[in-house]
Order: sequence, then C-alpha cells, then structure tokens
Amino acid sequence: MLRYLTRRLLLMIPVLLGITFIVFALLAFAPGSFVSLMLSSGVVNPDAVARIRAELGLNDPWTVRYLHYLGALAHGNLGRSIVFDQPVAQQLVQALPNTLVLTVAATAFALAVSMVAGTVSAVRRNTLLDYAAMLVAVGGVSIPSFWLGLMLLLVFGLGLHWLPIGGGGVTGGVSGGWAFVSHLILPAVTLGAELAALLTRLVRNTLLDVLTEDYIRTARAKGLAGYRVVSRHALKNALLPVITTVGVQFGALLGGAVIIETIYSWPGMGLLTVTAIQQRDLPVVQGAVLVFAMCFVLVVLLTDLMYVAVDPRIHYE
Amino acid sequence: MDSRAPSVPERGPRPGRRGPGHRFARNPRALAGAALLVMFFGIALAAPRLAPYPADAPHLLATLHPPDRAYLLGTDNLGRDILSRILAASRVTLAIGILSMLVSLVAGILVGAVAGYAGGQIDAALMRLTDVVLAVPVFFLTVAFLALFGPSIPGLIGIIGLTAWPPTARLVRAEVLALRHRDFVSAATAVGASGGRIVVRHLLPNVVAVIAISATLRVGLAILTEAGLSFLGLGVQPPAPSWGNIIADGRAYLGIAWWVSCFPGLCIFLAVMAFNLVGDGLRDAFDPRLVV
Repeated sequence: MLRYLTRRLLLMIPVLLGITFIVFALLAFAPGSFVSLMLSSGVVNPDAVARIRAELGLNDPWTVRYLHYLGALAHGNLGRSIVFDQPVAQQLVQALPNTLVLTVAATAFALAVSMVAGTVSAVRRNTLLDYAAMLVAVGGVSIPSFWLGLMLLLVFGLGLHWLPIGGGGVTGGVSGGWAFVSHLILPAVTLGAELAALLTRLVRNTLLDVLTEDYIRTARAKGLAGYRVVSRHALKNALLPVITTVGVQFGALLGGAVIIETIYSWPGMGLLTVTAIQQRDLPVVQGAVLVFAMCFVLVVLLTDLMYVAVDPRIHYE
Repeated sequence: MDSRAPSVPERGPRPGRRGPGHRFARNPRALAGAALLVMFFGIALAAPRLAPYPADAPHLLATLHPPDRAYLLGTDNLGRDILSRILAASRVTLAIGILSMLVSLVAGILVGAVAGYAGGQIDAALMRLTDVVLAVPVFFLTVAFLALFGPSIPGLIGIIGLTAWPPTARLVRAEVLALRHRDFVSAATAVGASGGRIVVRHLLPNVVAVIAISATLRVGLAILTEAGLSFLGLGVQPPAPSWGNIIADGRAYLGIAWWVSCFPGLCIFLAVMAFNLVGDGLRDAFDPRLVV
C-alpha cells in the first residue's frame, strides 16, 4: 500500500511538469501582454516600458524564462502578481479554500439529492415518482449551469430576497454561521445540479441491478424490513460506481466553478483566474492552472484510495 | 433526427424480437426528444422567414420592453427583439454544435480505430494520450486558450471538438478490439486487404450504432460548452447573436428585465435535452447496457 502510494505520488511530478510546460508555452505565444495592455492605456514612456520589460524578464527567450520559473517553483516561489504586486502564492492561498468549500458543498448537495431520489426511483420503479425523477435527471444534465444560476439569483435573490446575490466565502469577510451558509447555498446548488442529476440516474440504475442479486433475496427471505434491505445491503454495494463518478466529475466541477464563481462573485480560483486572464497577469494564471491541475490529480488519487475503503476485494500493490 | 434513422438492416427474421427502430419508436421520451429536434431544425432553417424583425435592428423607443404582442419575448437594452435574436442564434448554435461534434467524431474514430486495430505500443501510447486529455480540466483550459488567443467561431469549433474526442475514442477502440479477431476480419486479411481497408470497410460499419449514440450526446454537450463560453464573452462575438451571449447581454438587467436572459436559456435547455433524449433513446434501443 505504502509503495503504491509513493509510486502514485512520484508519478504526479512528470504530469504536473508537463502541465506547467504546456501552460507556459501557451502563455508565451499568446498575443498581448501586461506591458501592451499598459501601453494601450496611455503609458508611453519608452524608458519605463524597457525597465518593466527587463524587470519582468521579458527580454529572455521563453525557454530561459521557463527554466527560471521552474527553479523558483522548486523553492516554492510562484512569482509575484504583476497587477497586485503581491506574491501569487498569497492570492492562491486566499482563493483556494473558497473554491474547495464550494466544490465540496456542491458535491454534498449532489450526493444527498441523488441518494434519496435515486433510491426512491429504484424502489418505486415505473411509478409516476420514478418517471418524474428521471425526467428531472435528464433535465439536470441539459440545463446550462450559468443560466440556472442566474434564474435562481433572480428568484431567490432579487425576487424573494431570501438569499444574498453574491460575495461571501471563507476569506470574504463574512462572519457568522448563517451569513456564511446563506452565501454558499445558491452557488453550491447551481454547481451541484448537474452532478446531482448524473448521480440520481446512476444510483437508480446500479440499485436496480443490485436488487436482483441473490444476497438481496436472502436478506428479504430472512425477514428484514424493506428499507433495511435497501439501506444496509443494496445501497452499500451501489456506492462504488457513485464514488468513481464523483471522482471523474470533479474536474468538470472545477471547470464549472469558473463560471459559477463569476456569476456569484464567489472569491475563489475561478474568479481569480478569469480576472487574471483579462488583466494578462500571467504569473497568477500560471499559478492558478498549476493549483487546479494539482487538485485534479490529487482527487483522482483520492478516488482510487476510496475504492479500497469501500470495496475490500480491491487491493493495491 | 428522424425516428427511423437508427434502424439497422435486420439479418433475417427473428421471431419474437423487434429491431432497434421499433424499440425507439415505442419509447415516448425518445420520441418527444426527436420531435423537439425536428422542431429546432425546422426553426433554424426557417429562421429568416419566422423572425418578426431583423436580429440586430434597434428599436430605440422600446428598450427593455417586456413581452407583449409587438415583441413576443420582449426586447433587450438596445431595443432589439429577443425572439428575432433567438431565431437567428439558433442557426449559429446548432451549426457550432454539429460541426464541433463532427470534429470530435473524426478525431475519436481515428484514434480509437487505430489504437484498437494496431494494438501493442501504438495502442498504449494513444490510450495514454486519451487519459491525459480526459484528465485535464478542459473547460478551464478552453477559457484560458480563447481568452489569450482571441475568440473566433472556427477556433471555437476546433477547440470544443478537439477536447471532446476521448470518450468516442474509447468506445470505438473497445468495439474494434472486440471485433478484431472475428472470422470476417481474418477472411478480409486472408484475401489481402490492407489494414486501413479492413478498418474502414469492415470494422467501422459495425460500430456505427455506438458512434451515432455518442455523436448525438456530443452535440448536446457541445451546445452547452458553446453557450458557457459565449456567456463569458469568449464564444460567438456580439453583435452576432448566440443563445449564450444574449443571456450575457441580459445579465446586467436581470432585476428589471428578466426576459432577456430567461428565454434564450430556455432554448439551450430544450435543445440540449432534445439531443440527450434522442441519444438515450438510441442507446436503449440498441444496447441498454452501453455506457456512453
């Protein structure tokens, strides 16, 4: 187990290296830079431009800059934000917890909804309830999340004034339990809706398969109550595909957070990155992509480890 | 999509079993999806005739006008008729959805068929590549790429298509692997058919069902991606309308003019749902156990 873990962690290094290289190359060849944005906004002193270019190291070829970047990275230095003149690491440390809170809350929402709806659907198969749940599930994967977000904002924020229309977060200066939770509800529901729909269908279909197994018949024959058979015997065995899907979908969730965070001004990685791209704040973009990729790779590893916890038949050597 | 389209020639009468076409036609959800699709394609084709006004004609005396008989779905902040813009946008959106699906289909089939047929090191390398593309937070990179290099419709089609091929590649590879050692392939090899010919003439026709299902679901996903990108201002550029950028136009006026953002979103929702219902229906008709 320990050897497996070490190997997997070591394997992450080339993957992350590859990603930094791709991102660096992409950014190096992209038209427009912080300097050209500055020029277009009226700063025309050639001496100042030359000095800033030199300070940013923009006169070196991009391969040299990449090596410098890697060297700094090895020392844990992600560079400084050009726009805010702050260490990139500091900005990321502020944004990352918010995105994690958002994605975890969205996942929790999706799991709660899908476990209940999927189970009810499977147990009450081919009833009106089942049809309704499945129609909502198809709807859930078809709905554009940003539109759902705007409509929820319209109804619950602007219309009913039940929930705030934006802001919040762990580091957003919102204090108090309800204030924090109320800011989180709409973004989490919006982000989790698609996953909830996917998982509902998955739970239903897996459960339908499991319910025809011999050991379920045995449990029923022993005289166990119906809900106990489902909760203790069937659901447990339906969990593995759910975990896999959550793991695989986590990347989509992170991508979705980019849009959702801009709608609700949720101060996370998505908002940070979109703003940084618009301002051509390249060190921030590079850092953000690196952290995104790292989260992603870690979640894939975590998913693999969860298998062992859930299914004792799986061993890693 | 026509409901008869997915039927595959039966190999002689099989008593007691009906073909996939029949199963599809008996599935109310699939039929509802097919009907919606026919409607959307009809609307897109007839858009210029149906639109009450030119898509970008400003009615300056009726800005942010609520829905009524003159402007069925209201107007935006420049007084442009939302219905006319939605109609015009349906062409752009469906075209991007279908073209990017074709790009991802070609890439997916190519990678999947070569990997499955060649096997060995080529297979391993191509599947590793597939895993990598599958593992990248794609939407995130797409946003970065379009933001840095500037949005354009061909760029949009290319990048949506070129990031969406891995699932198709995996499916095609799995099918090709299953078929590769069947007798009809050996027979073709025995009469001297080349590898490319075997793949194109003998293997791919047997994978058509899987490809059709996958393709239908891909269009829905592509439309969602395009809408999201256009909403962020990275997709179809104004003044050209797209369902996503009309929603973005309305975002600032959400509190006073809900109709601007609401209706185009409804269109995206229904169109994507139509593709999903048809895709699911095709899968259930051919092979319910298939994971696409």
